[in-house]
Amino acid sequence: MSAKQESTKVLCMDKVEKHFGGVRAIDAFSLTLHEGVVYGLIGPNGAGKTTIFNTITGIYTPSAGKIHFYEKDITSIRPFEAAQLGIGRTFQNIRLFSNMSVLDNVVMACSMDADYKMPAAIFRLPKYRKLEKQINEKAMGLLETMGLEDRANERASSLPYGHQRKLEIARAMALNPKLLLLDEPAAGMNADEEIELVEFIKGIHQRFSLTILLIEHHMDVVANLCDHVTALNFGKTIAEGTPAEVKSNQAVIDAYLGVAK
Amino acid sequence: MLNSFQQGVIILVCINVIAVLGMSVLTGFTRLFSFGNAGFMSIGAYASAMLSVRLGMPFIISMVFGAAFAGFIAYLLGSLTIRLKGDYFLITCLGFGESVRVLFNYTRGITGGAAGFAGIPGTTTATIAVVCAVLAFIIAWTFIHSKFGRNLTAIRENEMAADAVGINTFRYKRLSFVFSAVFAGWAGALFAHYMRFITPADFSLAKSCELITTTVIGGLGSLTGSVLGALLVTLLPELFRGLAEYRMFLYGVAVVVVILLKPDGLYGYREFSLKRTINWWRNLPNMIREKSAQRKQRREKRGESK
Ligand SMILES: Nc1ncnc2c1ncn2[C@@H]1O[C@H](COP(=O)(O)OP(=O)(O)OP(=O)(O)O)[C@@H](O)[C@H]1O
Ligand SMILES: [Mg+2]
Repeated sequence: MSAKQESTKVLCMDKVEKHFGGVRAIDAFSLTLHEGVVYGLIGPNGAGKTTIFNTITGIYTPSAGKIHFYEKDITSIRPFEAAQLGIGRTFQNIRLFSNMSVLDNVVMACSMDADYKMPAAIFRLPKYRKLEKQINEKAMGLLETMGLEDRANERASSLPYGHQRKLEIARAMALNPKLLLLDEPAAGMNADEEIELVEFIKGIHQRFSLTILLIEHHMDVVANLCDHVTALNFGKTIAEGTPAEVKSNQAVIDAYLGVAK
Repeated sequence: MLNSFQQGVIILVCINVIAVLGMSVLTGFTRLFSFGNAGFMSIGAYASAMLSVRLGMPFIISMVFGAAFAGFIAYLLGSLTIRLKGDYFLITCLGFGESVRVLFNYTRGITGGAAGFAGIPGTTTATIAVVCAVLAFIIAWTFIHSKFGRNLTAIRENEMAADAVGINTFRYKRLSFVFSAVFAGWAGALFAHYMRFITPADFSLAKSCELITTTVIGGLGSLTGSVLGALLVTLLPELFRGLAEYRMFLYGVAVVVVILLKPDGLYGYREFSLKRTINWWRNLPNMIREKSAQRKQRREKRGESK
């Protein structure tokens, strides 16, 4: 095949299904992500978008179908393994380490960089010191990228909502991910914050040469960011294409835009 | 010099400090509740006692073996039970602690059964106990202030998020469990070589409860809080000997009071800091002045509105 000429496939979902009892949360869903794209997933409430993220990250094991990440079969992977392979994610309902400081939230996500054993920690060996110093610098650097450095010592739960979402992205970035999954990053943001977020995501996309899969209800965010969009309803793909194409697709309008406020 | 009663109190405090530090890592930093840590104490106590008495091993070897053996059992048990959801894990720990006690009661030929195991050398001196407690604190402190403690704290704060940043939550929870068992076994070994005579009843469910309540009173997520808790809970009954019978009752009341007034415990989620304490003392007059000024203002306002 001509796979070599095209850019590399980062993620390949092949007829993936996930059933909960009688509910088919996703139904024969297929998706291919090429390196470097920003891909959008849209669809009304309960369409199965978050479930797709959860199957990619191993929180759910698909009832049928296969998922590959850079040729590696990750269909029945465990969540921490997905993260270690380089799949970073944020959550629709923010899940920070809420009692910890903003900086600690990012530092805690650097456990893969902390490649030392217990004796090194207990005897504070040079290896421990060196790696811990690097981790702190890396975390501070990420906070600077997100514009959160002034708040490094605040409690994560005391941040305003928009900042909490950013912190979640910073934390995911600590994994040095190859693929970043963002579940409704603009939820609860006002128009200004939304514009800022779009610029910000564009920034990290370029700077860290990421592949991004993004769930979003705000069509302007999707239109601004995504090269390509899939629209879902009842776990099935109902349209696919550029944001403009999908936006004007009749099935999508019926299923989603018509329903939305 | 200290008399033997005072030395005994110091030894008991140190033993409890070690066991509670283990509990603190498990409950305070990982948010796993174990009502079976007295079981690990008894494993450490009996294993070390047998090594000393039956094989004539030097104390240090018996002690290290007792602690390591308790950790080994925790590793096996944890491999089976850690995956269970919260309450079920707690119940299996409780069952484990009781099973160990019953087992030691019935294996009379090896452990002396309910009549107890006697003739253990009384090696644990106040000095040894203090050295062990300080060492235990340093180990716990460096462990918590490294990626190990961070990963445990991440699990406590949000397990799903911990997974999402690549932390093998199962492995780290088991590590935390083993850590607490090693400390419990260590405490048990010191206890056996202080008491010279141990019975399974020394390590009952009540002892497990005492360890948990001490950790909660001292403050979850604080090692210094745990030390403070262990000090209070061990010393107060010694000071009020007449109240010994009400010990468990008083623990219960203390826990309820602490949870109602200060849900995070005496030193929840932060460590004792000399600087902060001094500042607090310095600030005290100001604070009182402010408070009374506020009260006065309020009184005056009330007066105006009349
Ligand atoms: N753990 C679960 N158990 C049972 N049903 C579930 C579970 N998770 C998801 N579902 C069901 O699967 C369907 C898809 O849910 P999902 O959360 O993926 O939707 P979504 O597209 O993310 O919606 P939203 O826009 O509201 O976030 C829903 O009907 C939901 O009720
Ligand atoms: Mg969702």
